[in-house]
Amino acid sequence: MLEIKGLKVDLEEEEKSILKGVDLTVGAGEVHAIMGPNGSGKSTLSYVLSGKDGYEVTEGSATLDGADLLDMEPEERAAAGLFLAFQYPVEIPGVGNMTFLRTAVNAQRKARGQDELSAGDFLKEVRARAKDLKIDAEMLKRPVNVGFSGGEKKRNEILQMAMLEPKMCILDETDSGLDVDAMKLVSEGVNALRSEGRSFLVITHYQRLLDHIKPDVVHIMSNGRIIKTGGPDLALEVENNGYADLLAEAE
Amino acid sequence: MALPQFKQDATDARLDAVTVPDGAAWLTQARKDAMTRTATMGLPHRRDEYWKYTDPATLVAADAPAAEVLDDDDAIFSDANPLTLVFVDGVFDAAASDDLKGENLEIGCLAEAGAQDIHWAKDLYGVLELAGQNPVQRPLASLNTATATDGVMIRATGPVDRPICLRYRRKESAADAVLHHVVRVEAGAKVTLLETGSAAARLSTVTEVSVADGGEFHHVRQQGRDHARRMNTHTFARIGEGSVFKSFTLSLNGVLTRNDCVIDMLGDDAVAHVAGACVGDGEGFHHDDTVFITHDALRGESRQVFKKVLRNGAVGVFQGKILVKEGAQKTDGYQISQSLLLDDDSQFLAKPELEIYADDVACSHGSTSGAISEEALFYLRSRGVSEKAATNLLTLAFLAEALEEIADEGLADDLRDRLAGWLDRHAG
Ligand SMILES: Nc1ncnc2c1ncn2[C@@H]1O[C@H](COP(=O)(O)OP(=O)(O)OP(=O)(O)O)[C@@H](O)[C@H]1O
Ligand SMILES: [Mg+2]
Repeated sequence: MLEIKGLKVDLEEEEKSILKGVDLTVGAGEVHAIMGPNGSGKSTLSYVLSGKDGYEVTEGSATLDGADLLDMEPEERAAAGLFLAFQYPVEIPGVGNMTFLRTAVNAQRKARGQDELSAGDFLKEVRARAKDLKIDAEMLKRPVNVGFSGGEKKRNEILQMAMLEPKMCILDETDSGLDVDAMKLVSEGVNALRSEGRSFLVITHYQRLLDHIKPDVVHIMSNGRIIKTGGPDLALEVENNGYADLLAEAE
Repeated sequence: MALPQFKQDATDARLDAVTVPDGAAWLTQARKDAMTRTATMGLPHRRDEYWKYTDPATLVAADAPAAEVLDDDDAIFSDANPLTLVFVDGVFDAAASDDLKGENLEIGCLAEAGAQDIHWAKDLYGVLELAGQNPVQRPLASLNTATATDGVMIRATGPVDRPICLRYRRKESAADAVLHHVVRVEAGAKVTLLETGSAAARLSTVTEVSVADGGEFHHVRQQGRDHARRMNTHTFARIGEGSVFKSFTLSLNGVLTRNDCVIDMLGDDAVAHVAGACVGDGEGFHHDDTVFITHDALRGESRQVFKKVLRNGAVGVFQGKILVKEGAQKTDGYQISQSLLLDDDSQFLAKPELEIYADDVACSHGSTSGAISEEALFYLRSRGVSEKAATNLLTLAFLAEALEEIADEGLADDLRDRLAGWLDRHAG
């Protein structure tokens, strides 16, 4: 599904290298977790994959089902099936959440050669998905993320993911800011979307999320590299001992 | 005082080229007086304080620069089922218009009213314009009073349910159109005025509005779509106790637009809102909103909300003043002018002014210029929305605050749709 090879990334503005050769392969239907200390480059990886400006890829490649992601515009990557749940979802004053969702859903349908959803069908779909995530109708009417609490923003990301039905979902610290119940809700939302054709890359600092969303593979990222890859136990090890041993081992 | 030579020459050249139309004695007198004050003031020049940012040369010149005719958007405002008056090349076309009648309504055109020896418009025609010449001179308005050939005279004696729509159509030949409207809203009455169309290569309108105690005047206009058209409009309003005045303008095309709005709030507890949304595209585009609101009574509430989206070298201007006279306590004055600059070539020039002679008032003003948010743009694109569609969505969002000033939801939606359509058709 997702194949990243020797990816090296610098900042465009200043001479600073952030990713120093990342290799990562996520197979169809798999769930991978990435953990790692603050500033190790996890969000940068997710931004570079989704096409944010400001980064320069100096080496390596990233493909989604064989298609070169790095060569596409952000909207083309989305249409190809990539989705990023942002660590910090963006507030957009003046754009209604509903308008936003509908524009996004229909833009992707169009890009894939499907008919646009009718207003009625769309509404039905959103209501059902929102209800599962306990997002109330009032919130849908408000401008995108404006005045949403931290947890509400994260649930809104998952709502978008559910509506867009991507095949490669990257979740960047979707658990941060969520209370215990919300974390369960969001995890259930994610688990409901798990399927053979859909993969997940879950960036998190905490084992707790991984109790709910059981990963097949866990990667540890440090200083712009994946320094260790293992099974679910690796996350437990981090939870119990922190990164010190792992970092020392990698040196 | 003699005019400076450059001004005298420009004024002479224009005044020599215009004629004062015939009419009944009262109208002829009003026109002559207006012509005299125009000659005395002289026509505007770039060196005048309120023309610093907008060069009036092409508005003043004897000949109007040519402008190609674009198809009129006849569908706009039609959902509101308005009483429609069609003006072709600045002349009322009775055959193309609805029957001029309605409940609580006296309505006619200037050409006809001005032929009558006695008409209610006598008390207002040129009168509010004259009052609005102080403290800032507006000679293009007095030139309009002197030379207007037509316009609409509206007198609302109670609630008028059906909006009145002025459609300005244009034949290829029309160089100048000069329209002068008079609206009298009597105590407790209410009327909505809509305007659309280019009318001519160069259009001048003056609208004098008197709103008596408890009356309401709503005004929504879409300014002509001809790409090269020029337009200067003046609105002069005098509003009474507990009255409401609301005016909104949408401008999408044209090379030069100057909208002056002068409002005197004479009665207590009055409300005056003026708002505008404009999208300017291209180096020739220049759009100027100049507003002067005077609070001269207690507890008045005024709002000025102007938003401009400028790209490819377009220029936007806002000059807005709130004057709070002595004794106008508890005034609540708000003014905001903002521009969204879609590239580095475009320019927004703002001159907000507050002048306050009462001590118990709340007035605020703000002016900003900004680019589109890269963060928001990326967020939208990451969801599959194309760069252009995302830019348009953010542009509409930016303009939303101004459109919210339109009281009637149906009219607001109509303009929103047109705006969205326009943005869709114009590549960034
Ligand atoms: N646009 C930028 N300008 C300057 N520095 C940047 C920029 N983007 C990323 N960095 C730097 O790159 C490094 C990696 O940042 P990144 O956000 O990817 O870390 P992270 O692993 O997601 O951290 P966290 O766990 O705190 O979310 C940090 O040192 C960060 O300061
Ligand atoms: Mg991060």
